Amino acid sequence: MSARGEGWGLRAGVIVVLGVGVIGPIAAGLAQTARAAFGVMPAIGATEPGFAAFAALFAVPGLGSAVRLTLVTGLGATALSVIVALGALPALHGRLSRGRAARWLTPFLATPHAALAIGLAFVLAPSGWIARAVAPFAGFDRPPDIALVGDPWGIALILGLMVKEVPFLLLVGLAALTQIPLTRHLATARALGYPPAAAWLKVVAPQLWPMLRLPVMVVMAYALSTVDMALILGPSTPPVLAVLLARAFFAPDTAMLLPASAGALLQGALVAGALGALWLIERVLARLGRAWLRRGGRGHGIDGLFALGRFVALVLAAIGGLAILALLAWSFAWRWPWPAPLPESWSLRAWIGAGPGLARAAGQTLAIALSTTVLSLALAVAWLEGEDRARLGRAGWAEALVYLPLLVPQIAFLYGLNVLFLRLGLTGGVAAVIWAQALFVFPYVMIALSDPWRALDPALIRAAAALGAGPWRRLVAIKLPVLIAPLLTAAAIGLAVSVAQYLPTLFMGAGRIATLTTEAVTLASASDRRVTGVYATLQAGMPLAAFAAAFVIPAVLHRNRRALRGGGV
Amino acid sequence: MRLALAAALAASLAAAPGLADDWQAVLDAARGQTVYWNAWGGDARTNAFIDWVGRQAEARHGVTVQQVKLTDTAEAVTRVLSEKAVGQETGGSVDMIWINGPNFLAMKDQGLLHGPFVGNLPNARYLDLAPGSPNVVDFTVPVDGRESPWRLARFVFVADTARVDTPPAAMADFVPWAEAHPGRMTHPDPSNFMGATFLKQALIELAPDPEALQSPVTDASYEDATGPLWAWYDALRPNLWRGGTAFPENEAIQQRLLNDGEVDIAMSFDPASTAAAIRGGLLPETARVFVPEGGTIGNVSFVAIPYNAAHRAGALVVANLLIDPAVQAHMQNIDVLGAFSVLDPNRLDDAGRAAFADLPDDPALPSRAALGPTRLEPHASWMTQLTADWAARYTR
Repeated sequence: MSARGEGWGLRAGVIVVLGVGVIGPIAAGLAQTARAAFGVMPAIGATEPGFAAFAALFAVPGLGSAVRLTLVTGLGATALSVIVALGALPALHGRLSRGRAARWLTPFLATPHAALAIGLAFVLAPSGWIARAVAPFAGFDRPPDIALVGDPWGIALILGLMVKEVPFLLLVGLAALTQIPLTRHLATARALGYPPAAAWLKVVAPQLWPMLRLPVMVVMAYALSTVDMALILGPSTPPVLAVLLARAFFAPDTAMLLPASAGALLQGALVAGALGALWLIERVLARLGRAWLRRGGRGHGIDGLFALGRFVALVLAAIGGLAILALLAWSFAWRWPWPAPLPESWSLRAWIGAGPGLARAAGQTLAIALSTTVLSLALAVAWLEGEDRARLGRAGWAEALVYLPLLVPQIAFLYGLNVLFLRLGLTGGVAAVIWAQALFVFPYVMIALSDPWRALDPALIRAAAALGAGPWRRLVAIKLPVLIAPLLTAAAIGLAVSVAQYLPTLFMGAGRIATLTTEAVTLASASDRRVTGVYATLQAGMPLAAFAAAFVIPAVLHRNRRALRGGGV
Repeated sequence: MRLALAAALAASLAAAPGLADDWQAVLDAARGQTVYWNAWGGDARTNAFIDWVGRQAEARHGVTVQQVKLTDTAEAVTRVLSEKAVGQETGGSVDMIWINGPNFLAMKDQGLLHGPFVGNLPNARYLDLAPGSPNVVDFTVPVDGRESPWRLARFVFVADTARVDTPPAAMADFVPWAEAHPGRMTHPDPSNFMGATFLKQALIELAPDPEALQSPVTDASYEDATGPLWAWYDALRPNLWRGGTAFPENEAIQQRLLNDGEVDIAMSFDPASTAAAIRGGLLPETARVFVPEGGTIGNVSFVAIPYNAAHRAGALVVANLLIDPAVQAHMQNIDVLGAFSVLDPNRLDDAGRAAFADLPDDPALPSRAALGPTRLEPHASWMTQLTADWAARYTR
């Protein structure tokens, strides 16, 4: 078979795997959910199709507020994250090498949402770290009775989402910057009299956006449908829609499953609407922006905006850093009452007491994460190599398929999928969990790997081909070793995503597969921050170790090949 | 102590003769099984006790126990239900559930429970199963042998006595107390079991005719019974923590608020939890239990077995082990868990009584006498309507 034919074969293979493994199940899950939303769920004796479930959903007290809150927090967090990331990107790019910048961002990327939220709640709460630090000066005898966490406007939730999403967008942005002839464009703009900020906004940002669009969409879909972060940081009466639905899915009254399914469709519609609105805003901004560019103003007033972006990014980094430290401190604390700024007594009891269960959960987490990551990495390499061999460009529709699991809210199809899996007798095992996690790990691995892969110097490959190396040898002897840094980074990201998965592990594991994340979320509903701190520390530590390995291994392997040492990402 | 334990263990091995053969068949079938016990996982001491029960089951009967830690018991109900949805009539993933009233009612109504089985457990002879006993009704719904008791629950309040001089003596007294101490108390969200119990405790104290609460709710009886309750709550709410606009998710979170000094009063369904939390460094030394003078709602915690459980025999063995006198005495030990036993002291033999005789004491552990009389739970339908009504009234 020719290399081209093999390329098509590889691509076809991956598409079949995606179709059977990803698209089919999501569609089937959505179909099950939709069936229940329109009143058909034989298991609870509901066989009459109709709109009763929607009527019941709209009668849920506070539904309107929940939807409004979802939109405010989801869209607000996305918009603010994009603005702050764009504002901080020039500073980050100018002052740090890409590898160093990535290393600074890693702790925030590696700490799962739930763990970060738990730490953040302790930092921000009226009885939390910041309040304890100012208590002696402000004369607080008791914690002030102000809603700083779980506030009715969702500010704490927006802040929590931003602490996680800004670093993600910065990382993607830094990678995207390498695809632009940045230095040349900035020099030209400067020569034409544009100050740096205006040059970024008018010259760089429009080129950057196409590469940021998809990550922003992913952030948006996540922010609109997060359950674990909203449970910890969001308001409770009413909560955001996703939390309201999670509660309904697990209510003692089984009849709630029908309105919950209707709500899952509503959640899907919200995300779809938001993505549509993003597309629309992009059109409008492109048109307005063009007029703005043509007017040729030199934009001297916008430097301040970038300074603000930098400042907010620093504040977020400080808060996020404190949150991670708080988790670590709690895991070694014994008594730590208000208003002590540090624990009254320290102890290893939380670590030792959690011992056996912790070891089991950690082992399980690691095994699942490694399998999921290897599987996803193999699929991604097959996809990209197929693209190379068949000499295909990036196909938009194909990429859309890859990212589909990140854009459809989990709650909209996971319950339906669970029913489907049960029917096939697949649920409750490690394999089902690995498969369900791979749905979400594979897209992130693709995001991390595809740009470096496509940026690989074609001269290397041509030289190898000219020396008589066949396609397999070129892959094994040239591409993979040269791309070892991005491959390992993609693996570390995959591992981090796998470790953080909550709903898929819970649903597909029938609750029997205990990972660090399922344990940490269960414990977060309990009062013991010390044990939560232990699990959350490991939950963050495992991906962090993977990122460290992704930096160190290429540096050691390629210690005498400077250009290949990378610096990761 | 150790001798007493051993004697009690030996006694428990000799089951009633008529049942012995059947029970031997259950034991034989159970050997080598792994029982997936679905139980709320938010309490480290309970988790540790379940772990200990697992080691006992392994040593005595060759049955492995694996706790499936739930954030909400309804997760297990949903799981069994989705299994039924796809016709999985055997080999189900849930073997045993630590269940509470509303979930029991839901599962019983949907025909999702195995049983009756309680009467066949050899150790059931230590239980008071006479009509009217709290072991045979759960939220006024007849148990019909479909769930087996394992620990006693009593609704209690917890106050930090360093900050609270005189705690309210009745539910009605919470209004003036909160007025004098605005923002210093709250209750869990009523969508949570504990939050609903707080409202129910007020309901049974304030309802003009508490007897009506024992029958299923009707529109008329609901109006009559809850009028004073909502008047009371409307007076109380503005002085709650966060002005009554936000509520902790469950009692554990509220206990954390108490430890953080954000509130002065918390609540629990386990009178021993305060002593346990102080020992665990999770509450100040000055925390103490208090109850309204007329007594509080109490009920029994049960375990149930789903109709399609894969390891039914193993689950039966564990349910039986849980009501073994030695196991119950170990459970009531404050050094272990401190939960009150469900066994009837009058039915215990000497060995069993000895196992309970010299359990350690703790200054924060209330005596059974100090807890006053046990009030009956209202019929389960009251709780459903009460929480729905609360949500409609106070969710903005």
